[in-house]
Amino acid sequence: MTAAIVRRLFQAAMVMFAMTVIVFIAVNVIGDPVDILISPDADQIERARVVQALGLDLPLWQQYLRFLQAALHGDLGQSYVYNEPALGVILQRLPATLELAVSAILIAIVVGVPLGLYAGLRPDGIVSRIIMTVSILGFSLPTFWVGLVLIMLFGVQLGWLPSGGRGQTAELFGVQWAFLTKDGLAHLILPSFNLALFDACLILRLTRAGVAEVLPLDYIKFARAKGLKETRVIGIHVSKNIMIPVVTIVGLEFGSIVAFSVVTESVFSWPGMGKLIIDSINVLDRPIITAYLMAIVAFFVIINLVVDLTYTALDPRVRLQGEGS
Amino acid sequence: MSVDTLPPQLPTDAERGEEPPFRILMRAFFRSPVAVAGLVLLAAIVLLALLAPFIAPQNPYDLNQLDIMDSRLPPGSQSMAGMTYWLGTDDQGRDMLSGIIYGLRISLGVGVSSALFAALFGASLGLLAAYIGGRTETAIMRIVDLQLSFPSILVALMILAFLGKGILNVVLALVIVEWATYARAARGTALTERRKEYMEAAESLAIPRWRILFVHLLPNCLPPLIVIATVQVARAISLEATLSFLGLGVPITEPSLGLLVANGYQYMLSGMTWISFYPGVALLITVVAINLVGDRLRDVLNPRGRE
Repeated sequence: MTAAIVRRLFQAAMVMFAMTVIVFIAVNVIGDPVDILISPDADQIERARVVQALGLDLPLWQQYLRFLQAALHGDLGQSYVYNEPALGVILQRLPATLELAVSAILIAIVVGVPLGLYAGLRPDGIVSRIIMTVSILGFSLPTFWVGLVLIMLFGVQLGWLPSGGRGQTAELFGVQWAFLTKDGLAHLILPSFNLALFDACLILRLTRAGVAEVLPLDYIKFARAKGLKETRVIGIHVSKNIMIPVVTIVGLEFGSIVAFSVVTESVFSWPGMGKLIIDSINVLDRPIITAYLMAIVAFFVIINLVVDLTYTALDPRVRLQGEGS
Repeated sequence: MSVDTLPPQLPTDAERGEEPPFRILMRAFFRSPVAVAGLVLLAAIVLLALLAPFIAPQNPYDLNQLDIMDSRLPPGSQSMAGMTYWLGTDDQGRDMLSGIIYGLRISLGVGVSSALFAALFGASLGLLAAYIGGRTETAIMRIVDLQLSFPSILVALMILAFLGKGILNVVLALVIVEWATYARAARGTALTERRKEYMEAAESLAIPRWRILFVHLLPNCLPPLIVIATVQVARAISLEATLSFLGLGVPITEPSLGLLVANGYQYMLSGMTWISFYPGVALLITVVAINLVGDRLRDVLNPRGRE
């Protein structure tokens, strides 16, 4: 068990190290930041001064060592655009992305589970068929286009909800959150529904498949034979047993929700990490790109590590396999 | 095993009075009206894309045919020259309908070519992994697992952040995103196939390994790969549109459907919704049509695979 954990940690560290090399080399291949940072009117001496200040004149491997050494100290460079530490700029945007991702997951559960239960309990009903067809559509629709349609409908035509930005924020634990104010909540609704759509459909279909699998089993028949109320059979006996795959998916999907928030944030001008990275790519703000990629890779390595370790702890088959080899 | 014990030559399908498997599959496919509708729709879309220069009312790349006075007209307007813009015009006076038909070419081209290259590359690696085994297999599958643990949009975003815009770069990014799916599927199928008797027979006849791999093993692994390829084309088209919408995909000179949507985005808040809306509808119809065909193919080729 311990050996498995140590080996897994070592693997995670190796992935991180490989990513620093790939990210660094690749980022240094995009364009020349000097052209963007220095006005075309600047003379040669001014150009040389800036190039030297940023260390852009050193050979690539020396730039990498400098980068690695700094990265280990939590310093991923100074943003060319914001003139602040890149990691700090990204972490400032983290709460906005987190609150969007968490509300999207919550919406996906609240919408997906009951509809999936309904469709599973009445598989041949007309409403169930409509639900399932709509969920196929939910898989096929590109996120960004759904976002545009939402803006078109609720923002422009009906004028019910704001169509972009984060609105007013309030402070909690020293961080600004939008969901604490009425205005912020109004701004949060459209983007979080947009981001939730795909996972709501996924959870819906999982729940339905789970119900279809569990319903014919003996313990459900027994519970009914005991004369338990239908609400209790479904609320306790069925629900408990279909929740396992749903909970697993919610954990795994959290990472991809954060990744897909890039799209939603761009559509709704939500000032999170995703919008920051797209803006930074467009102006070639290399330290931000590097820092974002390193942060997101670290994020995913940690999620995968936690999921793996949880499985190792929970599932005896995985545990035995780990010890055997 | 002596040659004498080999089974006698089996009668061909025709001799046994049976239909060839391909025709059985076709019949099964056409039993679903929804799938047939999807196929017809898809055929129409492909024809539209292929014959774009002959069908589109206007060549959106030909500046001589554009009139800036016609820019941002709502659907159904008349042009200065008397032509009707059924889906309106964009900010440069381009007919949206023509723009969509030409955009379909780019979207479909990128989707199909990336799925094809990814299938070639991924399936070969997957087959090799299953056939050779050992360290090669472990190495290939590690990379596959690692890559599949990151969301596709993120991987594509990273690659395009490095490479910059361009159709070839988008195709390359999509191939890198998709190959792992094919590799895993190909390895899975090949592992079950290689235990079958025909593989044993081929090996005991001392046929060269490459021949066993590509002539005996590959064709038998194709059905699941075809299903995946169909669905992956739809995913590739959708991902390309998303990347182009974010400004990381195809260049402005060769607008795909996603880029057309992006172009109209800035005018949407002022009520000119058609510039973004119709390219999105075209994208949606294309993706749904492909998915309908892919769903049915999965049912037909793998009857046990679904609930």
